Amino acid sequence: MTVTETPSTKTFTTPVGEILSTVPVGAIYAPGTVLDESGPLVGSIIVSDDTVAPLAPWSLIVKAGEVLTIVDVGGNQSADCLMYNAHDTAERYSVPDTLAWQGNAYVRQGTVLRSNLGHPLMTVVGNEIDRQDTIGGACSKESNTLRYGQHTEYQHGCRENFLAEASRHGLGARDLVSNLNWFMNVPVEADGALGIVDGMSAPGKRVAIRAEMDVLVIVSNCPQMNNPCNDFNPTPLRMMVTAADTAASTITAAPTSTTIGTDF
Amino acid sequence: MASIAETHQTDSVLASRADARAQAEKTSDYRPYRPASSSPFVPEGVTASDLVWAETVAPGGYSHRVVARGTRIRFDDPTGFASASVILYNALETNERLNVADTLKIPWQAYLGAGHPLLSGDGRALATISADTSGQHDAFCGTTTDAFNLQKFGGSAPEGPTPSGRALFTLAAAKHDLTPRDLPPSVSFFQGVRVEDDGELTFTGSAGPGTYVELIAELPLLILIANVAHPLDPSEEYLVGPLRIHAWRGDATSAADERFTATPELNRAYLNSIDYSEARGL
Repeated sequence: MTVTETPSTKTFTTPVGEILSTVPVGAIYAPGTVLDESGPLVGSIIVSDDTVAPLAPWSLIVKAGEVLTIVDVGGNQSADCLMYNAHDTAERYSVPDTLAWQGNAYVRQGTVLRSNLGHPLMTVVGNEIDRQDTIGGACSKESNTLRYGQHTEYQHGCRENFLAEASRHGLGARDLVSNLNWFMNVPVEADGALGIVDGMSAPGKRVAIRAEMDVLVIVSNCPQMNNPCNDFNPTPLRMMVTAADTAASTITAAPTSTTIGTDF
Repeated sequence: MASIAETHQTDSVLASRADARAQAEKTSDYRPYRPASSSPFVPEGVTASDLVWAETVAPGGYSHRVVARGTRIRFDDPTGFASASVILYNALETNERLNVADTLKIPWQAYLGAGHPLLSGDGRALATISADTSGQHDAFCGTTTDAFNLQKFGGSAPEGPTPSGRALFTLAAAKHDLTPRDLPPSVSFFQGVRVEDDGELTFTGSAGPGTYVELIAELPLLILIANVAHPLDPSEEYLVGPLRIHAWRGDATSAADERFTATPELNRAYLNSIDYSEARGL
C-alpha cells in the first residue's frame, strides 16, 4: 500500500487572474488519499499492466482466455466499461441481455457479460465487492445538465472518454451503448427508487473478468464530481491482463512499475 | 380439399391481375388503416381526422414510423398479451437515441409509468409517457436475441413462428438506413418486471386486456417497435398478442403543461428539447 504524492491542479495565471482548466475543482484526489495498487486477482503471468490516470480513458484488446484484473486503487472509483467483439465491433456489450439471461439486475461473481447477440463476451471470475453496477450508465456533459444543472455541462464526462477512446478504434457515437460500472453502487429499492449511492469498495479492491472471445475493452476512469460514483475524489485504476493458461504458469510476476498519472 | 393454387385463376396476365385485385376485398386482423382516420378503433376523445397513424401489429410483427414533434402515440393491448419493445431516435439525427440507463437514472426511478420521460444520451427528452393504464413495463431486459429464442423455442427467424426482437429491429432499422450497430437497448411495454432486494428480476407479466400507454413525441421521432414474446416470460409458448397503435397531432410539452416542472430533472430535459427544436426551426 502506498500513499502517492498529490498531483497539482492545472491553473493558468493571466492578467485577469487565475483560471482553472476545464477540470472542475476537486477532480484530483485529495492529499493523503490511500492508494493500493494491489496485484492480479486471477492468474500470475502479467502480459499487460497499465495505470489509468484519474479522469482518463483507456482501451485494450484482451485475448480469449486472458483475464483482466481491474484494481480500484483509491477506493470507490467507478470504472465505466464497454466491451466489443474485437473482430466485429457491431457485436458489443448488452446490459439487457446480460441481465435477462442471468435473471438478476446486479453483476457478481460468475456473471456472464453478454453481447447484443446473447453471446458471452467476458465472465466475472473474481470479485471483491458484493455487487457491481450495470444499470447506472455513464455520465456525460449532456446528461449533467439534467442531473446537476446547465452550469455543469462544461465538465468532462465518461461519454467524452468513451468517444475519444472509441474513435481510436474507428468507433463513434452510434457505438456507445449502456455500460458497466465497476466499483459503483446503484441499488434499486422496492418502490423502484434507483440511484448512485456511496460505494462498497475500498483501496485495492479488485474485479477479474475473463475474455470468452477476443474483446476490445474500453474504460473511462470516471471524472464525475457531482455524485458519489468516485467518492468525489477521482483516483487511478490499475488494469492488469494475465495470460490465458494460468495453470501452466510457474513465474510469479514481479511487481511492475506503474506510473500514477498526474499529467492531465 | 382444394389446394390454394386451385382457388386462384392465374393462367394469363389479365386473369392474374383480376385475381390480385380480388385480394383487396379480404382483410386481416393485423394491418395498417389508411387513411388513419378510417381506423375502426379510434381512441376515445380523439378526433378521427387528427389521426396520422393507425395500425394493428401482428403478434411477432414489427412496425416503424417517423412522426413529428408533438405527436401523441398510443399503444393499446386489446388481449393482455401485447409485448411492445420500443426504440426511439431523434429522426433528424439518429445518433441521438434512446438511452435506457439515463431514462432510469435521471428520474431516479426504475419503473416506467405516467410522467416518466424516455431520454436520449444527449440530455434531451425524446418522449414522455403521458398516460399509462397498465403499469406493467420493463426497462431492464430489453428484447430477445436469435441466440435466446433458439435455445428457448428452437427458432428465431423473422419468417418463422418465434422471431427474436433483435431480428425484427434489424429489419425495421434497415428501412431507415440504420444497421445493427444502431440498435441500443430497448424498453418494453405491457409485460412487467420487478427487481427484488437481491437483484433478482421477477416477471410480473400483463395487467390484463384493455390497457394502454400514451407517449408524447418531444422531438421528431423515428420509432421502431417489435411486438415479441418477453425474454423473461416463463411460458414455454411464444405468447404474444396483437398491438394496436394510434398516433395523432398534438403539441410537445411546454411551459403551459403541469409536467413541464414536475421535477427539476424533467424541467431541464424539456428545456433542452425545446432549445434544440427552436434552433432547428421546428
